[in-house]
Amino acid sequence: MAVKSNHVTIKGIKDGLVFLLDDQCELEELLGELRYKLEHSHQNILTGPIIHVDVKLGSRQISEEEKQTILDILKQKGNLLIRNVESPPLASELVPEEKLALKTGMVRSGQVLHHDGDLLFLGDVNPGGTITCTGDIYILGALRGTAHAGVEGNEEAIIAASYFAPTQLRISEMISRPPDEWETRETVMEFAYLKDGSMEIDKISNISRLGRDFNVFKGV
Amino acid sequence: MGEAIVVTSGKGGVGKTTTSANIGTALALLGKKVCLVDTDIGLRNLDVVMGLENRIIYDLCDVAEGRCRLNQALIKDKRFDELYMLPAAQTKDKNAVSPEQVKDIVLELKKEFEYVIIDCPAGIEQGFKNAIAGADKAIVVTTPENAAVRDADRIIGLLESSHVESPKLVVNRIRPNMVKSGDMLEIEDVLQVLNIDLIGIVPDDEMVIKAANIGEPTVMNPDSQAAIAYRNIARRILGDTVPLMQIHQKKGMFTKFKKFFGMG
Repeated sequence: MAVKSNHVTIKGIKDGLVFLLDDQCELEELLGELRYKLEHSHQNILTGPIIHVDVKLGSRQISEEEKQTILDILKQKGNLLIRNVESPPLASELVPEEKLALKTGMVRSGQVLHHDGDLLFLGDVNPGGTITCTGDIYILGALRGTAHAGVEGNEEAIIAASYFAPTQLRISEMISRPPDEWETRETVMEFAYLKDGSMEIDKISNISRLGRDFNVFKGV
Repeated sequence: MGEAIVVTSGKGGVGKTTTSANIGTALALLGKKVCLVDTDIGLRNLDVVMGLENRIIYDLCDVAEGRCRLNQALIKDKRFDELYMLPAAQTKDKNAVSPEQVKDIVLELKKEFEYVIIDCPAGIEQGFKNAIAGADKAIVVTTPENAAVRDADRIIGLLESSHVESPKLVVNRIRPNMVKSGDMLEIEDVLQVLNIDLIGIVPDDEMVIKAANIGEPTVMNPDSQAAIAYRNIARRILGDTVPLMQIHQKKGMFTKFKKFFGMG
């Protein structure tokens, strides 16, 4: 088995070795190369006295099982003592901040609903009421009041509502007031976003064209 | 133990006092023991609408500060034995009493009366806090105008975050001809925004102004459309199922209205 690509980089440091494992290629490919290097090409270098080893996985997300496989391969060489495995935090630990929060109720005149992150609000926002978010705002209900998305300066934030009749819209620093002719438009679910420094409104079905990393469904 | 209902609106001039007086009188008409309480200290009107102004000796502030007993301040109505009112002071302002004091007075009244109707001042400050302090339920009055609906929404928000049970809505001063021509907000539009239960709709009726000026609640006059509307609201408070008044669908009714306004 001839391995030309270089997914596994072995670097020597003062008190041991560092295994830099590429985080873009397939895991199987990586494991194959790791085995090959340990058993064939780098066999000579890797025999001898006990050496401390650090493993760096880059941004690759791996399961506990996969991690064990990597360690098993390294342990085949009796003289390699694994000191540390550096991997990004598990997906489940990352999610809470990004998860879409769900709230229900009614934001009436004079009331302010604030949320840190993205918000899915089931209910109406009445004239005089305000909803603010550091992320996106999605309203399943009527938006008749003011909505402010990306309050801390996120210009990528959007505002969407099933019934889109806001008093005022704000995204980041941009403030927009719907033109009067909105009243007579068809009632389709819409969203507002910033494009080249001005606010635009579009049908919700065009949201995937924004170029943001929405989880776009493309069919099977 | 009776029930205390606060009549409120946020905005001034939408008909809180008229609604309080008429609902109270209508309940008395249906044989209930009722007490009307005016909490609009400094700008009292309920006594004028009820035609009881000249009988006031003591008022709410006197009771709160212990200058008289509650019974001494209560004024018996001219028309009904079972209808009383507790007037507000005219010389002081809203800060003259505290919510706790009003609550105690209302609690006292609830022991004796089946219904305590509290007339709330406009605004959301001290006067509003005083008025809702002792209330179990609330009636929110609005007119079919955007400004009034906005304020009603604000009030509903405040009521929902208080101890008062789910408020009911009265849409007052509906002008049938304007609704028909599309120049007035539809009741449906109002309900869509406010999203609370409707307990009654009251057509705009010149009789109401006339009645207020002579100090006799409209509800006494069975020829008035508004009177019938208020009687219906009173019956709904008692738990009866009364269909909503037809404001503009029926032509016959509409012509009747035109006669009312001297247009027919």
